[in-house]
Amino acid sequence: MIKTENLNYIYQKGTPYESHVLKDINLHIEKGDFVALIGHTGSGKSTLIQHLNALIKPTSGKIIIDGTDITLPKTDLRLIRRKVGLVFQYPEHQLFDETVYKDIAFGPKNMGLSEEEIKERVYEAIELVGIKESSLSVSPFELSGGQKRRVAIAGVLATKPQVLILDEPTAGLDPKGRDSILNRVKAMHEKTHMTVIFVSHSMEDVARIAKHVVVMNHGEVEMTGTVDEIFSHSKRLREIGLNIPQITQLAIRLAENGIDTGGTNIYTVDHAVSFLKGLLQ
Amino acid sequence: MEDMIKTQNLIYSYDEEDDEGEGTFNVVLDNISLNIHKGEFVAVLGHNGCGKSTLAKHFNAILLPHSGKVYVKDMDTSDEKHIYDIRQNVGMVFQNPDNQIVSSIVEEDVAFAPENLGVPPQQIAERVYNALETVGMTDYAKSSPHMLSGGQKQRIAIAGVLAMMPSCIVLDEPTAMLDPKGREEVISTVKRLNKEQKMTVVLITHYMDEASQADRVIVMERGSVIMDDVPKKVFSQVETLKEARLDVPQVTQLAYELRKCGIDIASDIISVDECADEIIRLIGKKQNN
Repeated sequence: MIKTENLNYIYQKGTPYESHVLKDINLHIEKGDFVALIGHTGSGKSTLIQHLNALIKPTSGKIIIDGTDITLPKTDLRLIRRKVGLVFQYPEHQLFDETVYKDIAFGPKNMGLSEEEIKERVYEAIELVGIKESSLSVSPFELSGGQKRRVAIAGVLATKPQVLILDEPTAGLDPKGRDSILNRVKAMHEKTHMTVIFVSHSMEDVARIAKHVVVMNHGEVEMTGTVDEIFSHSKRLREIGLNIPQITQLAIRLAENGIDTGGTNIYTVDHAVSFLKGLLQ
Repeated sequence: MEDMIKTQNLIYSYDEEDDEGEGTFNVVLDNISLNIHKGEFVAVLGHNGCGKSTLAKHFNAILLPHSGKVYVKDMDTSDEKHIYDIRQNVGMVFQNPDNQIVSSIVEEDVAFAPENLGVPPQQIAERVYNALETVGMTDYAKSSPHMLSGGQKQRIAIAGVLAMMPSCIVLDEPTAMLDPKGREEVISTVKRLNKEQKMTVVLITHYMDEASQADRVIVMERGSVIMDDVPKKVFSQVETLKEARLDVPQVTQLAYELRKCGIDIASDIISVDECADEIIRLIGKKQNN
């Protein structure tokens, strides 16, 4: 679905502020995958995702979306942006219209769809993110923080992208809001088989919902793999300013004390409960 | 113990008007009476909209109570003649580091507050140096803040507050926008301030692992304080916390689930070390039987 070949991005090239933000990024993301993108602040995560729907053009290298090289001069970028929907950090700051309905309808309207189709898409989108029909007529600014964010995500979903990219979708939310957004995104992925890429600083969230993880460090891809594979490199993750879930730290402590944690990685509470239950009961 | 901040029956509300012009009363803080002692490290938890930021803004007279009183070191915050004293005593750090930096050079940014307080230049230089040293940013004194990482920027914001030499620092979700390393940097700085300089710290956060490191945890819900105790006591009440849309540290959740399965594990576990020790103890006990 998404492939990058030797993607490089140099910020302010040829000036004293020149900085090499992305270095030889070679990524391959399959259709229907659920990928977490992690890395310290300034590691290039946000710059990378902005390349994926052509908001930024690479200094060199190729980006292939669904078979189309989007770095070629004649590519129809509008088409690419319909395929790849990007939800920025704090997307609720981008809400602007009078009602929730109008706000969500903005994207499909600009695609030139009929009123009927727009309506269908708005209803589909609110169902996916869990916004009630009765909220459609209220101002988006009257909603709570978590609800506003879901409306903003619905606005992107209404354009029916094949790839959904979310930049820190849970930043600033309370635990309940965090859980509800994650569960919605997960359920949506299961239902639509959309390719999902999300940027996160929460290793607990990554462990809970991602299939694959891409780890960035200083503009390079440090490692890629399944959640299991990535969290088994806890030492390296800490060296590059990341962490592992608290429950995984516990599993490591137990293993250090000679308790056989079964050779498997424990990275969710549920997993730890079922493992320790067997051991302690 | 001496009080740093005291609130007495504090009530704060917003007036709202609906479409028909009918006024509704939206109570944000509902009769809060709290004492924050000198030298204490207090964490405040609560879901979005529960009133914790509104409460924090009463601590240095950014907001004033609609009824009730707030005292900072026995100074009434609604008495205008104390306002400079209060603001100098209680410094605030907010969520977004980019909104708090005013200058294009780190040391000038840190000097902003003491300059405005009319501190003599020689002393300003000393204060700035001390503040940067406390947050571990001395090497960046001549750097430009926008080139720093989020965690570094937040430490500069903290240094800016420290240069005022306050006796209390209030941090409103200072780590919400930071990566794990940045979070660690900020929290260890705050802990050090509290332990080494006896600074009173009020930390508002959504991260349970941060709150578990405080001396005392206050939980708010709908404008009221629903829990106020040491972290162990607060986090052992898993169900009450979940009802208040909150969470517990993962190891606390684990112990809770294991207890539900009939395993006799301690219910007041809040750290990885405690949890590991307890499990090792239980396994040892089982092997001896």
